[in-house]
Amino acid sequence: MTGKHKENFNQNYLNYVNSFDPPTKHFKNCFRAFMVGGLICCIGQFLRYMLERLFGLSGDVLAGTVSIFLIFLGTFLTGLGVYDRIGRNAGAGSIVPITGFANSVASPAMEFKTEGFIYGLAAKMFIVAGPIIVYGVLVGATTGIVYYILGLFGVV
Amino acid sequence: MGLHTVTFKNKPCIISTGTIAGPKEVQGIIGKYVDMALQDDTFGEDTYEKAECKMLSYAINRAIENSKFKRADIDLMVSGDLLNQIISASFAARDFDFPFVGVYGACSTMSEAFALSAALIDAGYFKRIVAATGSHFSSAERQYRYPLEQGTTRPPQSQWTVTAAGGAVIADKGSNIHITSATFGKVVDFGVTDVNNMGAAMAPAACSTILRHLQERKIEPEYYDLIVTGDLGALGSRIVKDLTWEKGVDISANHIDCGEIIYKVIEDEFQGGSGAGCSAVVFNSYLHNELKSGKLKKILLVATGALLSTVSSGQGESIPCIAHAVSIERE
Repeated sequence: MTGKHKENFNQNYLNYVNSFDPPTKHFKNCFRAFMVGGLICCIGQFLRYMLERLFGLSGDVLAGTVSIFLIFLGTFLTGLGVYDRIGRNAGAGSIVPITGFANSVASPAMEFKTEGFIYGLAAKMFIVAGPIIVYGVLVGATTGIVYYILGLFGVV
Repeated sequence: MGLHTVTFKNKPCIISTGTIAGPKEVQGIIGKYVDMALQDDTFGEDTYEKAECKMLSYAINRAIENSKFKRADIDLMVSGDLLNQIISASFAARDFDFPFVGVYGACSTMSEAFALSAALIDAGYFKRIVAATGSHFSSAERQYRYPLEQGTTRPPQSQWTVTAAGGAVIADKGSNIHITSATFGKVVDFGVTDVNNMGAAMAPAACSTILRHLQERKIEPEYYDLIVTGDLGALGSRIVKDLTWEKGVDISANHIDCGEIIYKVIEDEFQGGSGAGCSAVVFNSYLHNELKSGKLKKILLVATGALLSTVSSGQGESIPCIAHAVSIERE
């Protein structure tokens, strides 16, 4: 029986199995994600103030420098083997910020290093982050085109 | 006897076993019984795949040493594992000077290897066979799921691949622990597609094999001291009891699951252990010891396996599963 014959599957059994699904702890999960995600954002904001105050950065340069610091932090914690532990508890709180993106690039790079620096580390580095980049760019470009077209008609 | 159950008239014997387990596993029930408890799950190797292979080699060597046979006395090795192209087993076989039969039954490999080895010995083709398998959390995680260091959350239905290996030497005579019969499993698919819920996917296969085994041998579940499933986990165990109950067979009194009992403290393992090494290490250490000491006399080992790959689940296929049963009795 293959996926093409799904009507033959035992729907009763699937319903029965689903009845065992433990209830997701929405409140607890959201609270943890909010706290950890919020903390990462606070670190970012702190860095922003410090860089502005101490080095007089501003605008795009300031935003870029803060991102670089956070990416370093995410990668560094991944290397120490700490980030996966944070992620196990914080969920989206540590996946969504840019540190999570850094983690998703650094972790396969570490893992596949054993298969060589070219076909292992470099090729597998974007195995998790690749889809985010592809669809991120696609959505960005589409939005830009829509914005441009709307601009031609004077809507925006 | 029925169509799918083979009774071994010459009663092949389990002579000895060899086991090795990782640091997390030895904290549980098997800790006292394994031949070697690893402090470091890389086993001194630079990759987890090499570690898994070395663990399997160790289990085979140890089983042979414990049997008092020499390596030259062994006629055949029947082994398999979870990695693509069963590399751990075939790479381990490089170190030995006897022929190798590679088998793949996912997590059911242990009972599959036992059933085939017993059949070959019973028929008189071979005298001494070593059957072994193993798995490693870190190599399985990398093949089937996400990189180790990636910060993701594990769903509550998930299980934890056991880092362990176990093997046994089976011979035509020489001990009072016999493999008396085997029921080969059918591939059963009830349409579960959730790769994080292996217990629910595999339970119908276990149920099918257990029922056929009991029916074809014309025995009641009480005939066995224990009916041991491989790695259904807590949820899968509950389902298999329900499914057999529906068919009028009550196994709740003497059923245990290797995956459910292997870990002492449940932190991230949720439903319990899984992987080929799970039934291999629990049977070859703890249960074999109980058989030897006479605390248990009759066991039905039903290791279950999910026959999926990352490609099949990526293409939206459901999870076909299998379970092979071997009855092991002390006389």
